[in-house]
Amino acid sequence: MIQEVFDVIVTTLRMVVGITLIMAVFLLVSLALSFLYGLYSKGRGMAKGYTSLKTVTFGDESAVTANRFASVAAVVTIFLLWCIATGSSLIPTVLPPPFVGETEFEYTARNAQGDTDTATVFVQVYGSDAERPDKPEALPLGEGFAKNDFVQIVERRTKVLKAQNNDEGGSEDGYEVIEINGTPVTRETTVPFGKGEIFVTKQGSLSVRPSTGLTMEALYLPPPEKVWSSFITLNKDGYQGVGLWENVFWSLIRVVIGFSLGCLFGIPLGFAMGLNSWLRGWFDPIVEFMRPVPPLALIPLVIIWFGIGEQGKISLLFLAALWIMTIAARAGVSGVNISKVHAAYSLGATRRQLLTKVILPNSLPEIFTGARVAMGVCWGTVVAAELVAAEKGAGKMIIAASKFSLTDIVIIGIIIIGVIGYGIDVLMRMAENKLVPWKGRG
Amino acid sequence: MTGLVIDDVSMTFELPNGGNVEALKNINLQINEGELLSVLGPSGCGKTTLLNILAGFLAPTSGAMSMNGHAITGPHSERGMVFQQGALFEWMNVAKNIGFGPKMKGTPQAEIDAKVKELLGIVGLQDFAEKMIYEMSGGMQQRVALARCLANDPDIILMDEPLGALDALTREKMQSLVLDIWKKTGKTIILITHSVEEALLLGERLLVMAPRPGRVHKEYRLPFAEMGVGADLREVKRHPDFGPKRDEILSMIWDMEEEIMGRTESA
Repeated sequence: MIQEVFDVIVTTLRMVVGITLIMAVFLLVSLALSFLYGLYSKGRGMAKGYTSLKTVTFGDESAVTANRFASVAAVVTIFLLWCIATGSSLIPTVLPPPFVGETEFEYTARNAQGDTDTATVFVQVYGSDAERPDKPEALPLGEGFAKNDFVQIVERRTKVLKAQNNDEGGSEDGYEVIEINGTPVTRETTVPFGKGEIFVTKQGSLSVRPSTGLTMEALYLPPPEKVWSSFITLNKDGYQGVGLWENVFWSLIRVVIGFSLGCLFGIPLGFAMGLNSWLRGWFDPIVEFMRPVPPLALIPLVIIWFGIGEQGKISLLFLAALWIMTIAARAGVSGVNISKVHAAYSLGATRRQLLTKVILPNSLPEIFTGARVAMGVCWGTVVAAELVAAEKGAGKMIIAASKFSLTDIVIIGIIIIGVIGYGIDVLMRMAENKLVPWKGRG
Repeated sequence: MTGLVIDDVSMTFELPNGGNVEALKNINLQINEGELLSVLGPSGCGKTTLLNILAGFLAPTSGAMSMNGHAITGPHSERGMVFQQGALFEWMNVAKNIGFGPKMKGTPQAEIDAKVKELLGIVGLQDFAEKMIYEMSGGMQQRVALARCLANDPDIILMDEPLGALDALTREKMQSLVLDIWKKTGKTIILITHSVEEALLLGERLLVMAPRPGRVHKEYRLPFAEMGVGADLREVKRHPDFGPKRDEILSMIWDMEEEIMGRTESA
């Protein structure tokens, strides 16, 4: 237990160092670009308007607006860092890539009789996504007891070569590889050769490891062009028989239905709680208890109750949206200025008219704020629910792809999920500006 | 019997610590039709409580009120309210705000439109019918509030510091407007204010209330409202009786405030 806690602390400290390094690189680029932008915009009168005349901007939040040039530059920077780290073909080489191609080295062996002989090992390294090349048909075996060898290796991988296997007397005691490219070696030592390194194992075999370069392996992070080409294929053929947009469509449909159900029941519930003491008392413990329960914690129960079909996921999203919308509507009712209610009654409004003509429109800003939060939570919840159990959906697509190490599909899925989440929020904000233009100006 | 009758109304609030506050004690008042009554008093004298009781938002702990012979039991469109601010409906434009009362009663739209147009003229907002509330200044918003109240054709208009949040210049213009409306429509108006000058200018009859318990301290009959109709209010303020009256009432309220402070300190 103490050891585990200690490990966590060590991991955390290492993460602090790692995060600091990443942030430092990113901020350095930002600083450099900011300096260049400053040089470029200096004296061009690019800043206009009242805000540009403010001398106090540090501390005046209203004078701080997002510099769009910086936003674009940040996205481009991240893209470039991605290209660099994966050795993308879109940009010139920055980091050395792993070795691919043909190379060779020589080894010198001594047999049981004490004679020495030298042979060549032909190494052929091929790309991980390429077909395994055919072996050359006739390889010269060379003179003497040590015979030439041929080895095929996938890039970044290591292969153990038993050079003695085809050597005469290679299985006798006393046979030993004593030199590689003229450098004396013993067992369990590493020697470099032209395009990588060789480790002489405990058993005297040669573990050949071509240079791995500094770029990331596509398994961890595929280069952008690979993601793009996968996207094209995915768009055309789908994954596991389900089209890309069909997956996205199903996720969206679940969110829309679950969210709508949440609004349909949550808003009246919130109004009831805001308008009636008995109903507020009745629902208060339920709402206050369910509100802090993360919807993801309900997934196991929902699966037990409803199985992995649509009903389970929609129920989950309904529960995710319900409490948020209830609380938003309740807050909307309590936010009504009592003067408005008094004014409406004095103008002859009935209770029903008060509800529909005053309380409902007056709560719209609060309801919209709640709806934006609920939409965000629902979108996050649907993806998580699909990760656990689903037949279709964006979350299902990426979890299935991850089981086959199809990192490019996982990344496409994540980008699409992010873009749609952002798109939903933008749409909600547009609807809000359209429908409650008085928000914050009352 | 016409007009508003307040018969021995008392209002006692219970405090959470077990004590009581007598916000109003034994108020007796008769307000005749067409009267312009201003109510003045230091904070805590119960003037807003009195107005809320008259509007029907609060029930008194004892006593009774009647309006044109029938008892007041709740809010009704015969008693219109004008609030300090924040009582307009931001989701409606000016015309819809003004037409709210008639619309709730199911008045035909053509009739509402005609009424709104007439009222926009009275309050001087002819060109602002389509504007949204949040696009207007505080003074214009209060004009809308006045018009909205008038659209319902109430028998009495209750005003709870309607001009309290306005700047001095706007306030002066609005005071003239209130006088105009009073004269033109002949409505009974009860106006609550913090400003002694405003109470003098807009009170044919002026009540000075005193706190703890909230009660009517002194009552005046004043000529200034009548003089101010259609005239320059600054001219009215220069009237030889205006200054002395103002000073008299100011010192009266001063003394009340001092007394409250003294009592609070000794307690």
